[in-house]
Amino acid sequence: MVNKAGQVKPMPYMNPLLAGILLGMVLLATFVVTGHGLGATGFTTRLTAWVGMYVAPVATNANDYLGGMVEEGKPLNAWITWQVVGVAIGALLSAFLAKRIRIQMDGKKFLGGAKRPMTALFGGILAGFGARIAAGCTSGLGLSGAAVLSLAGFTFLGTFFAVGLLVSRFFKEGK
Amino acid sequence: MSEILSGLLIGAAFGFVLERAGFGNPNKLTGQFRLTDWSVFKVMFTAIVFAAVGLMVLEKAGLVDAGSLFVPPAFLGAAALGGALVGAGFAIGGYCPGTSVVGLMSGRIDAAIFLLGLLLGTVVFAVIYPEIEVLTTLGEFTKADSLPDAFNISDWSIDIGMIVAAVGVFVLGSWMEKKSKGPVSSQA
Repeated sequence: MVNKAGQVKPMPYMNPLLAGILLGMVLLATFVVTGHGLGATGFTTRLTAWVGMYVAPVATNANDYLGGMVEEGKPLNAWITWQVVGVAIGALLSAFLAKRIRIQMDGKKFLGGAKRPMTALFGGILAGFGARIAAGCTSGLGLSGAAVLSLAGFTFLGTFFAVGLLVSRFFKEGK
Repeated sequence: MSEILSGLLIGAAFGFVLERAGFGNPNKLTGQFRLTDWSVFKVMFTAIVFAAVGLMVLEKAGLVDAGSLFVPPAFLGAAALGGALVGAGFAIGGYCPGTSVVGLMSGRIDAAIFLLGLLLGTVVFAVIYPEIEVLTTLGEFTKADSLPDAFNISDWSIDIGMIVAAVGVFVLGSWMEKKSKGPVSSQA
């Protein structure tokens, strides 16, 4: 479809029930194939160790948390790395087919206006730090942990949504 | 299946579905917290229920060994604190870790900055790890790791409870979406 401005109109987003069933099938298949669920910060933690190996090798080696990952010199050598590379490929393919690829600074309307780069950075820092405390993120502990009916998974989801609701009250909607 | 191939295929399916659902869009994701777009709850609840019921059925059929599945340990204080921080990061930054990858792949610069923040947050954690290590094992519940074991309820009762909760989320969510601006569309 082409609108008046001559731009290609993106496809509408998928119905949430259908998307939820498809996501459930992917999650179930992940458990059957690997014995664990889906994730994300397992990779970003290893990526941090990998970057540290080149930028600050001595400090990274000596670090209690990251040191073990760089011991054999291949912190990225793990299933979760391939899974996240897959996420990037799948997301790119889907966005391309739905004509939704657009280079932009998104989220200004609801998340800080001109200060959007700062909210994105600060939010990322909080999430990155928090995911290490909990040893998992929304996918790894929330989604996957709840699917195996774990107390930790449900606890994570509970405070995740409660604090998210609370914090978003402090943002005013821009134009 | 080789590890690389299974990771790539499962990951690609995961990323494809997240992008289809609109979860690369920070306006849609945070709409859940403004209670104008309930897609996050709807998709997550449906996926959790589908996978939980699916696992139960496969276990009963003897196709999956329950003992071989990873159940995260019940460090409930750590899970609560981490969940709170990831929730705050989501509300402020517009993404969670996985969805920021999806946002980046659809061209969003703010998602790239969020990812950079994730790495920085990990660095901060690693640097002060000796001082805060105790937080990562906070509030351990020693009796059980899972809901059925903790309360001595059968897994199918929990699954039925979750199905009812999911239906409730759809009803309540759709009602609140109608009363407000409604879900964020890709064509805005």
